[in-house]
Amino acid sequence: MTDRALLSHLGLLAVLFAAHWLLPAYHHDAVAKVLVLSVYAMGYNIAFGYTGMLSLGHALFFAAGLYGAAMPLTLWGWTGGTALAAGLVAGTAMAAAVGLLALRTRGVSFMIVTLMFAQAFYLTILYLGRWTRGDEGIVIAQPLRQVAGFDLSNGATRYLAALLLFALALLLCLRLVRAPFGRVMVAMRENEERARMLGYNPFTVKLAALTLSGLYSGAAGAAYALMFGYAGASLAGVQYSILPMLWVLLGGAGTVAGPFLGCLLMFYLIDYASALTSATLLVVGVALVALVLFAPKGALGALRERLGKEGRIWLP
Amino acid sequence: MASLTLLEARGLVRHFGGLKAVDGVDFDLAEGEIHALIGPNGAGKTTFVSLLSGRTPVQSGTIRFEGRDITRLPAHVRVRQGIAYTFQITQVFANLTVFDNVALAVQGRGASKRLARETRAALDRVGLGDRADDVAGTLSYGHQRLLEIAMGLALNPRLLILDEPTQGLAIGEIEAFKRLIEGLVPERTVLLIEHNMDVVMDLAHRITVLNFGQVLATGTPEAIRANAAVQAAYLGGQA
Repeated sequence: MTDRALLSHLGLLAVLFAAHWLLPAYHHDAVAKVLVLSVYAMGYNIAFGYTGMLSLGHALFFAAGLYGAAMPLTLWGWTGGTALAAGLVAGTAMAAAVGLLALRTRGVSFMIVTLMFAQAFYLTILYLGRWTRGDEGIVIAQPLRQVAGFDLSNGATRYLAALLLFALALLLCLRLVRAPFGRVMVAMRENEERARMLGYNPFTVKLAALTLSGLYSGAAGAAYALMFGYAGASLAGVQYSILPMLWVLLGGAGTVAGPFLGCLLMFYLIDYASALTSATLLVVGVALVALVLFAPKGALGALRERLGKEGRIWLP
Repeated sequence: MASLTLLEARGLVRHFGGLKAVDGVDFDLAEGEIHALIGPNGAGKTTFVSLLSGRTPVQSGTIRFEGRDITRLPAHVRVRQGIAYTFQITQVFANLTVFDNVALAVQGRGASKRLARETRAALDRVGLGDRADDVAGTLSYGHQRLLEIAMGLALNPRLLILDEPTQGLAIGEIEAFKRLIEGLVPERTVLLIEHNMDVVMDLAHRITVLNFGQVLATGTPEAIRANAAVQAAYLGGQA
């Protein structure tokens, strides 16, 4: 039997690859940014959508990747490749460390603890303004934004690099959620006590999932720094913890491609709304209320449900 | 009957505030037997098996399983050592498929290569082989109970603890359940809490009666039936 889930996701990647030649410049840049932020959203989805950990502090992991790449690059003269790796490690390590403490709690307490850690990090960034440049942020000069000989400040290169990162993240996520470990993650989300009585330690399973989520977030943050040349405190603020949740909810929590779809929809929703009004957040709010009322499982979640058994085969 | 002791509890105590749910219970489980735990509502049966499975921490006393002290082991470790627990109120993963429910139990003991085959075998054993792709929450209540048992069996346990397994089953389903349990011994040992006296008297090799958190009597079904104290406390007879 052919692997239909793999087919559907390879199809998405093929469309995005074709878009590289088809999209006009403005949308080309926009989609590149959406691809990078989708990796962040996918990381959030691993924690929230699949494992059921509602975090309000993921900006911490994104920002760890962002500054983990930007600071070595600008302050200590590391190369683009090593800075990228450093950001990835920073996001992963931060998630593991926070998980060790925060996973002693669950539910509302977990939300508050993660929010608290993220805010502490945000304030630390402002406090250490001498190195982080605080609110103003670090602008990474164009010559520094090279990885393995590729200039990530170039639009075409950037799009393809973003697509490569996105493809890796998407296929890894697809593999993960259909592997035995993915099944255990979902079991934790659905009924932690039952999973425990099947012999799984909830703490270690959730810690592993959160760490992986940190890896995704850190990778997205580091890639963002290199591709868009900027690391600022606003990207560590609470709105950057809420955004991935909204993207995931909009696209479909617990679906592999949902985070990308949600991120894309939200980006263009704000883009078009800003052409009409300055009250773009109002439009976003109305969209979210409509979502909760009419498609609480998000776009792909609703589609999967409507398709029944076929939906579970095509859209894991 | 089997002579080796699989599980041995000594002086188990668990109080909830002033409520003495389990109050100094000594208990032995012989390898390969079907042992029924009965007693009036609130006698402490579920709390007692929760102590054995590790869902509730023991306040004092010891539990030995296959000769090892497991009193302080967390529940998920006890599962890996061979103590499986099925829930009183059915707790299958309602949003997952029947296959995934059982696969979760199978894969935890590291059977990755044989995962699909062993999962299907566990489903066939309880007669749910043709429902593998259904979402568990859409099954009838009786089938969900069978799924719960299939998950317990798929853990390949030495000891299977069943908390009121026949509750809510139809008469025909109860007969099938009895045959299923009889087929498990003597390779495995079964401890079941059960209210249905016909099931208890048919299945159990030995019975332990709990009352107010203490053991009132232990013995064969015949001995328990004839025990005056048990009749007074539970069976409603005039002692």
